[in-house]
Amino acid sequence: MQFEWIKIPLSLMTLFIVFNYGMLMTAFVQKISARIGRRHGIPIYQNYVDMIKNYALRSSITHGVMFYLGPVFRLTGGIGLLLFVPSIYGSELFSNLSFSGDLILAIYFVFFGTLGMALGAGESGHPYAAIGVTRGLAQVTTSELPFALAVFAIALQYQTLSITEIVAAQQGGVANWTLFTNPFAVAAAMIAFLGSMMRPPFDVVLAPQEIPIGPPTEYHSSYLALMQTNRAIFPIAKTVLFMNLFFGGASNWPVFFLKVFLIYMVSVFVGVAFPRFRVEQSIRWFLIWGLPLGILGIMMA
Amino acid sequence: MNKDMKEELKIRTVKGPDGLEFEVEPLRDYYCEAAPTVQTGAYTAIVEKLFNWARAESIWILGFGTGCGAIEMRPLMSPRFDAYRYGVQGRPTPRQANLFIISGYLSVKTLKRVIRSYEQMQNPKYVIGLGSCTINGGMYFDSYNTIKRLDDYLPVDLYITGCMPRPEALLAGVIELKSLIRAGKGEGANLYAKNFEWYKANQKRVIHDWDMPDYNW
Repeated sequence: MQFEWIKIPLSLMTLFIVFNYGMLMTAFVQKISARIGRRHGIPIYQNYVDMIKNYALRSSITHGVMFYLGPVFRLTGGIGLLLFVPSIYGSELFSNLSFSGDLILAIYFVFFGTLGMALGAGESGHPYAAIGVTRGLAQVTTSELPFALAVFAIALQYQTLSITEIVAAQQGGVANWTLFTNPFAVAAAMIAFLGSMMRPPFDVVLAPQEIPIGPPTEYHSSYLALMQTNRAIFPIAKTVLFMNLFFGGASNWPVFFLKVFLIYMVSVFVGVAFPRFRVEQSIRWFLIWGLPLGILGIMMA
Repeated sequence: MNKDMKEELKIRTVKGPDGLEFEVEPLRDYYCEAAPTVQTGAYTAIVEKLFNWARAESIWILGFGTGCGAIEMRPLMSPRFDAYRYGVQGRPTPRQANLFIISGYLSVKTLKRVIRSYEQMQNPKYVIGLGSCTINGGMYFDSYNTIKRLDDYLPVDLYITGCMPRPEALLAGVIELKSLIRAGKGEGANLYAKNFEWYKANQKRVIHDWDMPDYNW
């Protein structure tokens, strides 16, 4: 197959749209929760200001090579995930760099940032960072289990590893979505989704009250700004993957924005309703509830 | 080097997991001794102006309360005062914080921790002295173990008077600090670097069990 060079600027355009959408959406979600608490909340552009501020700090210190590479790996995970998943179905412009085996690559990219962060935070030498990383890896690994099972289930169901073909198979009405053709796989995947969004009840990794913010404790100025950039991109990229696999994809940008927002809000709603899990509780919860659902999903497929 | 230094800070020989023995000097190996340097914004004026605006609109407070004023910092985040709308956030680690609020009296023991935390913050950084105790000792003016003038030990950008100031006063102070930063006057970190010797001498005059390097990070 001939590689078309025009795809590079086009996927950068997707990146630009998703980045701004992520910055504004996370601020918007914070704004909603502020209004619920009868506060005004942050200005909607606050995320941009924070990021400019962090890039503008004059001094920064380093703890070694991996300390540099940690945020870079994390950002690579976010951007990679976004670029190898088609964001708009049926659109030549925004199919990004998707190819026939992209599902496998996408699963890899979901985990990639966490690993990079673990190496970088480990090198920072701060005990809180080490505790945070241990917790994070344990939790993310178990939450990946139901997700992997769900992905196997739909790969079996649609007999393909291409995300574009999976989205194509779900077209023609809500009833064709994986959500309704294989609800167990979707339930397992949504459990995994909650686990990887760093919101309560699964935010013990960051735990601002006991181990001040965990892995990024030592990160500052432009390192932190890189991670903030990833904070805007990565959750959206992950949500896009879920939207494509389970909720019928999106055929234009308004539908894309709406679906991503709604799927993102699932984790927000669960977060405000339930208190925080300890790590052993969350691991047990993933294994007891996520794993059987994933296996049921495979059997249905 | 201090005679009665803590046991864990003395030079010792450690045997590694591979059987190799090596010497560890905690003060030199675990900390950096390079003194801070004056950092100027090497940008054109308009970029520096943009950065100053961003610094003013995004103030991250270090979650470190020293005296009774610590209790006045908490309500800022509550619905009644809602400091978030001014771009103010709490931050649990000094690495990411820009503003250090010395909230009330400062005992010598706490001063040591304050200096360490302050030095871990990144340039540019700001200090607010909250309450009379940071200005002239306040009601602790004749106490043997509190410092009287904060400005002798850290470069203070702004004082807020009162004993204790209400959260409204603190919020007004933060907004005043924002206008200072926007005008490019929030250069406390550079002042500290420039007069480093003087600040260190003052700090060492009151802290008798000085068992840390002169500059931590």
